[in-house]
Amino acid sequence: MSNQSSVEILTEWDIVAARQLGRNVAKELGFGTVDQARITTAISELARNIYLYAGQGRIEIQRLTENGVKGILIIAADNGPGIPDIRKVMEDGFSTSGGLGAGLPGVKRLMDEFRIETILGEGTDIRATKWLR
Amino acid sequence: MNKQIASYIENNSTEIISKWQELMKNEESERSFQVMPADLMDQTSREFSDLLVTNLLDNHEAYENRLADFAEKVVRLGWSITFVTKAITHYVEVVYHGMENAGIINEENVRAFVEEFSNWVTPIRDSTIDTYSKTWERTVSLQKIALQELSASLIPVFDKISVMPLVGTIDTERAKLIMENLLEGVVKHRAEVVLLDITGVPVVDTMVAHHIIQAADAVRLVGAKCMLVGIRPEIAQTIVTLGINLNEFTTTSTLQRGVEQALAWTNREIVEVEEQ
Repeated sequence: MSNQSSVEILTEWDIVAARQLGRNVAKELGFGTVDQARITTAISELARNIYLYAGQGRIEIQRLTENGVKGILIIAADNGPGIPDIRKVMEDGFSTSGGLGAGLPGVKRLMDEFRIETILGEGTDIRATKWLR
Repeated sequence: MNKQIASYIENNSTEIISKWQELMKNEESERSFQVMPADLMDQTSREFSDLLVTNLLDNHEAYENRLADFAEKVVRLGWSITFVTKAITHYVEVVYHGMENAGIINEENVRAFVEEFSNWVTPIRDSTIDTYSKTWERTVSLQKIALQELSASLIPVFDKISVMPLVGTIDTERAKLIMENLLEGVVKHRAEVVLLDITGVPVVDTMVAHHIIQAADAVRLVGAKCMLVGIRPEIAQTIVTLGINLNEFTTTSTLQRGVEQALAWTNREIVEVEEQ
């Protein structure tokens, strides 16, 4: 069973819209303030990556129920240039934009499950899940 | 032909308006028309009708002015743009069918009339949409200015100590503004310690942290110390999980403790005065 909603990322303000959506869903599912902060921060990172590197894309928020446990799934999908070296972007401190380079590894740590699929020249699809405990 | 349409509308205005109102009420998606008081609705409808007729008769300039007035009114009433375009379509429908039934439009002149109707309505629709989008653009740009006025002023609280409270989302534009105000303020107020208060920042992700670190570095370059205060517990946890290194910062949970620390750095403290 899943219930989804999504935000198109085109401008910097869409990042705010995406994490607002995520925060509302997380709140409705019953996540505490710390997990809400983790989820919104993860969405913020993923949405910003789309804005910075792909130009445009989509953040999708899904509610999950598996074996009676509720969870939230964030899907960040774009048709951007893709990521040449996944291992490298998952290292702390690696950045091509002069940032802190904590984005993707940070998201992985903030969430419970993290999966990344990328094809050069075709786009990237990142799925991150957080379960309600 | 224009005159024909206009005179038909003028002669049958009450009937047209009531038919039109009926059609609009059936638009389920729009509540505004249903809850509007009857007299206001009548007045607005008449105004709307007059406006459409004016376009047939008046010169372009007079019409433009009236349209702008009308659009402003509609915006204030809270009508959506979909509703207004529907209103125009329905109105024209009513007039067209009315004229058809009255025999003014017949098989011989139907083509010419269709063209005439289209010439009549298209500019109305175009300029309505244009007025709407201009109103929106104006609102957005005003709000942007309002937001800029709200954001990021450096407040001197003690001699050599200044505070910058940050409220709301920090995007690239605001980050730039924060940096500028911070550096200008430090120099202007001769601040030695600057406290950046992030109590009001909802999300601290790597970009926000990056901007804060850069701002602090810049403050150090102009010879002052920067302290990060107002770190809420959940923000502290996210910062740690993200792996953001703020070791070079002095950070405190509240502004009050930050001020105490800043006073200590400048060799001062707040003491209670003993009563005599």
